[in-house]
Amino acid sequence: MAEPVKEWTADYDIFSREYIKDPFPIWDDIRGKCPVAHTDRWGGSFMPTRYEDLFNIAKDIEHFSSQNVLVADVMPTPEQIEREQNMTEEDQELIQQYNVGAPPITSDPPVHTWARKLLLPPFSVTTVAKYEAETRELCKELIDKFIDKGRADGAVDYAQQIPPRVIASILGINKDDADTFTGWVRGFLELGLTDPELREQSARSIFEFMVGQVQQRKEQPGDDLISYLLAQKVDGEPVPEPHIVGTCFLTLVAGIDTTWSSIGSAIWHLAQHPEHRKQIIEEPGLIDNAVEELLRAYSPVTMARYVASDTEYAGCPIPEGSKVLMNFPAANRDPRVFENPDVVDLHRAKNPHIAFGVGIHRCAGSNLARMEMKVSIQEWLKRIPDYRLEDPDAVTWAGGQVRGPRKMGVVFPS
Amino acid sequence: MRLKKVTVDSEKCQGHNRCYAMAPGMFKVDEYGYATPRGDGVLASEADIELAQRAVENCPERAIEIIEGEG
Ligand code: HEM
Ligand code: SF4
Repeated sequence: MAEPVKEWTADYDIFSREYIKDPFPIWDDIRGKCPVAHTDRWGGSFMPTRYEDLFNIAKDIEHFSSQNVLVADVMPTPEQIEREQNMTEEDQELIQQYNVGAPPITSDPPVHTWARKLLLPPFSVTTVAKYEAETRELCKELIDKFIDKGRADGAVDYAQQIPPRVIASILGINKDDADTFTGWVRGFLELGLTDPELREQSARSIFEFMVGQVQQRKEQPGDDLISYLLAQKVDGEPVPEPHIVGTCFLTLVAGIDTTWSSIGSAIWHLAQHPEHRKQIIEEPGLIDNAVEELLRAYSPVTMARYVASDTEYAGCPIPEGSKVLMNFPAANRDPRVFENPDVVDLHRAKNPHIAFGVGIHRCAGSNLARMEMKVSIQEWLKRIPDYRLEDPDAVTWAGGQVRGPRKMGVVFPS
Repeated sequence: MRLKKVTVDSEKCQGHNRCYAMAPGMFKVDEYGYATPRGDGVLASEADIELAQRAVENCPERAIEIIEGEG
């Protein structure tokens, strides 16, 4: 068991139970005391919590590089180090060849610029709209399975089921494997952040799967994202295959945990706020604004930056090699920018939230995530307008890099 | 007469799509998500000015401005 935290500005612990369950008062505490908090835990990092600071740091890509965006350094186990030392030359070459990271999220310009440009059209508002009808159908089918029972797990039976199937459809991979994908992604991004063996295994599974999919699409192109990427040219040349594998890896990893967490938090919030359910039901045009407000209040994603050269921010020296946590969720609760930030106001007029980041790495999947949130909330409220948490204290949360409910029993009249 | 116009700074816009979502009649976005005002961006009514003001307040990149120009 880790030592309890006494002073959050100098010793925060983003994996502590307290932080994962209710980070909001902690952010308020830090925000009020200093612009950049620091900790030695989990490999050490710095953490801004004020909106303006997140904005500025996200824009300073020269000092704050994206080459490592994980919120904790995963230290290899002695067994892993030994395996690496005893690797065959063949394996070493393969790793070298595929060592491109997950572009564009782990890229800096100039690679970032073309890697991102490649990915924007398939996730544009218009392209994403093509998946709306099937997402609606999917939500209906999920609800069919539990509507008669008067009880469901809003996270496991609903929120968790939606994003993996939608992204599978976009990638042209089998939707029936959705549970497998979810397992890999959790192993990589959630449980894997504190379990290096699991993380490596999960990464290898996704990687091998994607390599296989790319080979298959080369032989048999289809109407899907992998085939699209294979057909693209950059400076007159086809996109290198390791790059395509890296990007497909990213879309799977970036699209599942995040959106599932957002949908889950929305269902969790609405379970406790009948007045908000009523507003959305009676005023259908409110849905877009409601989605933005729920994204603001329950932003799921904290990213990180790698400090490329010694720098200073707000008087705080940050040495080269440091990790900076991009606490977008805390920025979105900053009273300097948002009036009554802890109140969810579905009619909020001024809401420049940065749940999807800000600057050149703005979430490429934001249009897709918004569509999934909108449709899943609408379909839920259509069938289950009246529901509540079965036991508020029994809800469990994941946190660290991505925050959202993982077990959430709800009950409703059947 | 002095006219009010809405502008989008293409250097700053990162395609968050907030402006287009709230005012599709006032902005358009290309396939990469980058926004531009429709037509000449002139704000012809109080209602338009108010809508543009909302877009300004919701753009996370601070890319949208309302400027006064000669008409
Ligand atoms: C509510 C759900 C989501 C949230 C809150 C979210 C959040 C974010 C954030 C904060 C970033 C910025 C990273 C940074 O600054 O380092 C990001 C980047 C990214 N996201 Fe999402 N995301 C969501 C859903 C999705 C989905 C569904 C996809 C689809 C595949 C996706 C794909 C990406 C990609 C490709 C990037 C990298 C963009 C770049 O580096 O240029 N995300 N996301
Ligand atoms: S809201 Fe701002 S960043 Fe987003 S598309 Fe409009 S102008 Fe661009």
